[in-house]
Amino acid sequence: MKLSTTLAGRHFTFRDVKDVLAKANEEKSGDILAGVAAASDLERVAAKVVLSDLLVRDLRENPVVPYEDDEVTRLNQDGLDAAVYSRIQNWTMAQLREYILSYQSTEEDLKALGRGLTAEVVAGVCKLMSNLDLIYAANKIRVTATCNTTIGRRGCLSTRLQPNHSTDNVEGITASLFEGLSYGCGDALLGLNPVNDTVSSLADVLKRFDEVKNRFEIPTQICVLGHITTQIEAVKRGAPCDMIFQSIAGSQKGNSAFGFSRETVEEALALLRDRGTAKGPDVMYFETGQGSELSSDAHYGADQVTMEARCYAFARPFHPFMVNTVVGFIGPEYLYDSRQVIRAGLEDHFMGKLSGVPMGCDCCYTNHMMADQNDIENLSLLLGSAGVNYILGVPTSDDVMLNYQTNAYHDVGTIREILGLRPIREFEQWLEKMGIMENGRLTDRAGDPTIFTRR
Amino acid sequence: MAERDNIAAIVAEVIAQLQRTGSVALPQGDRPCCGGEGPCGDITAPACRRISLLDHPEDPEALERMRTKTTARIGVGRAGPRLKTQTLLTLRADHAQARDAVFADVDPALPEQLGLFTVQTQCDSKDTYVTRPDLGRRLSEEAVETLRRRCVPNPDVQIYASDGLSSTAIEANLPNILPVLMDGLKGRGLTVGTPFFLRFGRVGAEEQVAEVVGAKVVCVLLGERPGLATAESMSAYIAYNAYVGMPESKRTVVSNIHRDGIAAVEAGAYLTEVICRILEQRASGVDLVK
Repeated sequence: MKLSTTLAGRHFTFRDVKDVLAKANEEKSGDILAGVAAASDLERVAAKVVLSDLLVRDLRENPVVPYEDDEVTRLNQDGLDAAVYSRIQNWTMAQLREYILSYQSTEEDLKALGRGLTAEVVAGVCKLMSNLDLIYAANKIRVTATCNTTIGRRGCLSTRLQPNHSTDNVEGITASLFEGLSYGCGDALLGLNPVNDTVSSLADVLKRFDEVKNRFEIPTQICVLGHITTQIEAVKRGAPCDMIFQSIAGSQKGNSAFGFSRETVEEALALLRDRGTAKGPDVMYFETGQGSELSSDAHYGADQVTMEARCYAFARPFHPFMVNTVVGFIGPEYLYDSRQVIRAGLEDHFMGKLSGVPMGCDCCYTNHMMADQNDIENLSLLLGSAGVNYILGVPTSDDVMLNYQTNAYHDVGTIREILGLRPIREFEQWLEKMGIMENGRLTDRAGDPTIFTRR
Repeated sequence: MAERDNIAAIVAEVIAQLQRTGSVALPQGDRPCCGGEGPCGDITAPACRRISLLDHPEDPEALERMRTKTTARIGVGRAGPRLKTQTLLTLRADHAQARDAVFADVDPALPEQLGLFTVQTQCDSKDTYVTRPDLGRRLSEEAVETLRRRCVPNPDVQIYASDGLSSTAIEANLPNILPVLMDGLKGRGLTVGTPFFLRFGRVGAEEQVAEVVGAKVVCVLLGERPGLATAESMSAYIAYNAYVGMPESKRTVVSNIHRDGIAAVEAGAYLTEVICRILEQRASGVDLVK
């Protein structure tokens, strides 16, 4: 394993694989904050050069968090497809990149390949890709999953309808929900971020979602994104629930800072398969985002892209229906500006798909970042081109509970029209039945939430 | 005659403000609005926001009812699949105000008027502040020296203000909350430390402040990250026997202090009660019995 190179007449040496991975990253403020970033652009490229010559085996054998200390590493290493791995273990990372991009590899080939890659390998190849590479490669792959409906089919772009409210008022939530449905949003999920993480508050909203879903016969999924243990308790007490949510990290320590472990997820899965309201079989929902490990000091000196890839490795064995990066929520100390956020969104989407998880993206930003709505519209159109499973939708882009901005209800229809994409088939038929959509386009009736109050 | 002087003073102030900044902030109640009759005088005025832009809802009464149940922007209508122009521009105006709240400095005249001196963390700019949370938690050497020199040592309670992520929040709330809080605490017979203003401060700077001045209870009034709905939200973070490295769970938080949440004067009175309870129980955060 060669950890040094000469570039433009200068000699560069790296400490270990973790160091190469970190310094090969595109510039991110979080890596600078962690003290692991390249010191110069030339050093960054030198790290990429060294990385491109490392073997798949070198990365697999050097996980950034030790096997003995961490259940994410263990899940990833133990769950690897040995046959696939043995075929590619002596490829260089440059070869791996070119294989993924080549006309030789089909969608099925890439999905099989993903089962033989550890998170470090997925992250490594991501660092050798340009933005258009990431879009092109991700677009070769579709990862579908089935809860009540099937998400991720080629030609579909779905949305999670997020009708958040500043005090969890059920009527207020319902008002935002109707507004979103009237714009053709919600085929991935009707999903609320609650203010109050209590069993009764979660149950109240779940009941309302379930009533609306049944009364209007909407082919979709419902979830209230409290803490996983609160959701488990709500389901145990009989709350209707299609899916259970949890934010995840790329290390056991990070997950434990989020207050759960692998066993908690297993418990949620078993409970939903027994008492959930969804057909399934895919009933978990995970959110990720670069930088969360550093924020809980659970990054083990690794860079945030590699830690993010490890989230997908953790998610994969639980067969989630949805995984999305909340890419711009964490703030400028991790992703400084629109350039870094857009890059991170494309990286996360590519890495998620290559890892075999059904990937969406919350294309978002906070008001203390150097980004605005234009940047987030750019990112969502790029991800639409890359074949993202879903984006989010909130009233006019302003989330009044989380105090950040994401895609507006208005965005998904626009992107669908531009790129020739459709909602999930059953949901589109429902929209047609409701008179909201016709031939893939919004009708005159669309955008009026009161069409749901007259019935 | 007195009235005329008063008007003259207002006019002089408005002209001076216009010359300084090119714009004038009107009090909330005075903002003009179209009332549905024509083009809006100010699209960010509450009266203007209350008007739905959706053409021909099937059930206008239901829409009005729905809009009273949430602060989310619903019933906004569309142009093709896109937002209407007024909605788009209002969002941009709200974002601009949020950005200003984060990146503008607190007017240096404000701490002076309130009798506060100003010190700084180890951040040297807003840019460093947003990218280096570690530096925003540490006082500069000069700040440590100044606090030692100018603050009453070992008080029962040390109050200070910090810009955090919203200078606007400090400008909007501090003049109302600080006197109420200081007087309230003194009225309970407590020794209250010398208040000051900390520029570029994160919440976690309060641990070092408490150590430097030797306060039993430390309370920072800090500007919160602005959303589009308000850039004026302030929080109070309070800790008993704070020390550097203290777990987050030892902090008591009173948030949502702004005109549409807990109004500043009311918050000042409430904080007095909370701080007294903390002193009685000698505990804060999760250890505090409510």
